[in-house]
Amino acid sequence: MKEILSGNEAVARGAYEAGVRLAAAYPGTPSTEILETIGAQYKSIYSEWSPNEKVAFEVGIGGSLGGGRSLVAMKHVGLNVAADPFMTFAYTGVRAGFVLISADDPEMHSSQNEQDNRFFAKFAQIPFLEPSDSQESKDFVKRALELSEQFDTPVMLRMTTRISHSKGIVNLNDPIDPPKFEFEHDMPKYVMIPANAKKRHIVVAERLEKLRKFAEETDLNIVENNGSDIGFITGGIAYQYVKDNLPDADCFKLGLGFPLPLDKIRKFVSGHKHVLVVEELEPYYEEIINAAGIKVEGKKFFSRLGELSPYKVAVGLKEAGLLKEVKGADFQPEPIFPRPPILCPGCPHRGAFMALRKLKVPVTGDIGCYTLGVLPPLQTMDSCICMGASIGNAIGMDKVGASDKGVVAVIGDSTFLHSGITGLLDAVYNKSNITIMILDNRITAMTGGQQHPSTGYTLMGEKTKQVDFAELCKALGVDETNIRKIDPYDYQGTIDVIKEETAKPGPSVIITSRACVLMPKRIIDRPYRVELADCNGCSACFRIGCPAIYPSEELAENKLPKAMIDATLCTGCTLCAQVCKPEAIIPVEQPAAVK
Amino acid sequence: MENRTTNILIVGVGGQGVLLASEILSDVAMKAGYDTKKSEVHGMSQRGGVVSSHVKYGPKVYSPIIPYGQADILISFEQAEALRAMDWIRKDGLIATSTTRLIPPSAMNKDNPYPDDPVEMMRRKMKNVIAINADKIALELGNIRLVNTLLLGVISSRLEFGKAVWEESFRARVKPQFVDINLVAFAKGQQLASAKVAV
Repeated sequence: MKEILSGNEAVARGAYEAGVRLAAAYPGTPSTEILETIGAQYKSIYSEWSPNEKVAFEVGIGGSLGGGRSLVAMKHVGLNVAADPFMTFAYTGVRAGFVLISADDPEMHSSQNEQDNRFFAKFAQIPFLEPSDSQESKDFVKRALELSEQFDTPVMLRMTTRISHSKGIVNLNDPIDPPKFEFEHDMPKYVMIPANAKKRHIVVAERLEKLRKFAEETDLNIVENNGSDIGFITGGIAYQYVKDNLPDADCFKLGLGFPLPLDKIRKFVSGHKHVLVVEELEPYYEEIINAAGIKVEGKKFFSRLGELSPYKVAVGLKEAGLLKEVKGADFQPEPIFPRPPILCPGCPHRGAFMALRKLKVPVTGDIGCYTLGVLPPLQTMDSCICMGASIGNAIGMDKVGASDKGVVAVIGDSTFLHSGITGLLDAVYNKSNITIMILDNRITAMTGGQQHPSTGYTLMGEKTKQVDFAELCKALGVDETNIRKIDPYDYQGTIDVIKEETAKPGPSVIITSRACVLMPKRIIDRPYRVELADCNGCSACFRIGCPAIYPSEELAENKLPKAMIDATLCTGCTLCAQVCKPEAIIPVEQPAAVK
Repeated sequence: MENRTTNILIVGVGGQGVLLASEILSDVAMKAGYDTKKSEVHGMSQRGGVVSSHVKYGPKVYSPIIPYGQADILISFEQAEALRAMDWIRKDGLIATSTTRLIPPSAMNKDNPYPDDPVEMMRRKMKNVIAINADKIALELGNIRLVNTLLLGVISSRLEFGKAVWEESFRARVKPQFVDINLVAFAKGQQLASAKVAV
């Protein structure tokens, strides 16, 4: 049986075929579909959305210690959150196999940085595997779990956006019956008090030596010898770009990216006239290989910024004198208007940002759809660093007196539960005067609509308890009178409440009440239209940045276009109508007012 | 069977069905016996922004991304998006676009306005440009979401895949109640392509 699967779907399939018993993750592009697929298709695996990556990782450790093969998945920056258990789990080792999926995002398609997590595996001194297509994504999950059990170590499977989100043909197999493990007391191995950890660190060093020997022999690393005098050391998606340009070149394809088979690489390099390292992002392979005294070049020809591509690799090959010509484009790129992502029609975040823009208050931002509030025309955000950072940022700004209007932190429901709670605790404990807006749209929206502890459902579709944000904030010590619920579709009401709360001493929390218009179900209320005769061309509605509003062919007296509303996109949130002074925006079914 | 790789780029705006179209197309290519890959990016870029999907098939496909400038066919669900992607297409390739105009807030200024006639700009540069008012035809057929199927019908005349394999893929990828109407839209697209130009 074969099927066309994305890298992420293939990882999920690999977990199923390898007899994984537990899978945990927090959603994050480009990793999200791994757990989504497991939750939807492979019910034999216990799967969960954890509140954040650190918890997911710790749940995974528990699964392994308890005797079940376990998988945890996260985006590259998610591993920063989970770095604490990750670094020490490298010491204890596993019981049943444990695989960490790290999905990196070169080019930052949907991320705040493009850190190269291959260094994380080297840092923790654990092996990592890197697939080059969907078939390997599936196969390497099983290989990683076997390696994990064979060498008593967590293993990282390093994906990138292009591997995770590209589809290719995958051969499917039946699930295996994995080796049996059971929980046993083993305090010297798993309880990392200093006396035990010192002994385990020795084990880590010994394990690494064994892994080095393994690396020299394993078929995870493939040497393609076609008798060419040009050789490439490469791995992951970069391998495909090399083959696209030079199908017959000799490739040393690294499926095991740490530790490297340096003896074998030395032999490969000495057997070729030219050897180049082609790798995406940092010169990770290049530095290790050069440090071993083997002369190779790479980043001299290929950028360390962003994704590579067949074209970028071709350009580098030409510079290196290995390709005669680069097939370019027949046409120049058209200088055309940009079409950046934008808040959806009816998005409840829009009202919050319109109000904040009006008040000109400093806004510390966070990670989610609402980060789009920074783009024109709303342009109302002053920081965005990482999950949960808005609250700490606001506290610091308040403590140094950054603004006499107060400071507002905006954070989504899922992000607040991920890592905003401790920030709020600090605001209460250290008497900060900030205002926190929890933009509660009742879903993890940016990644495509995942459940979280406040939605009432689990990943596996069971009903569960729902966190009540107001009660939670009260329990953390926020004064009850400083906890306000608002309707973000009420423009003036939202302005008033933000004004009141930023003027008060002590931390305040404002919780918005409207659900995401897309998920879990599409909300279409009562669409609106523009009565063109009444539109004066003031453009106030254009400035709220709604994709349903577009310019009409008809110009107003001020020579600016009048507005039109696409009724198939409009959800009837009414925010545009609230800023329309001539009251030209009315429900579709309502006839024009007689004047 | 062709022994070279065929490169098809599908572009549009978030929500127009780019991903479903590329799912069906890659499914058809796989069923026809080709090595097939496709690539796109999910996440933030989809929120009303540009969406593009690369589909490649042939005897052996390495990279899932089309080499820059080497697309054989460009399918677009929005006419300015076809123009934006024009540097990806070969001069003797085929552009099949809907004349749909989606004007975002970012094009509502004098510096970077929405172009008056993107289709005409493309036709001045290359021979094979098929433009259909897919929105209008889809609505006449009863559902705006048929735009992507109409355009797949248009380009299918250029590909070697038989009717049966297309039908099989629609049945596999589309909800049962929408299969018949999708097949009608697909046939309509085919018919429009043969009427417009001989390609």
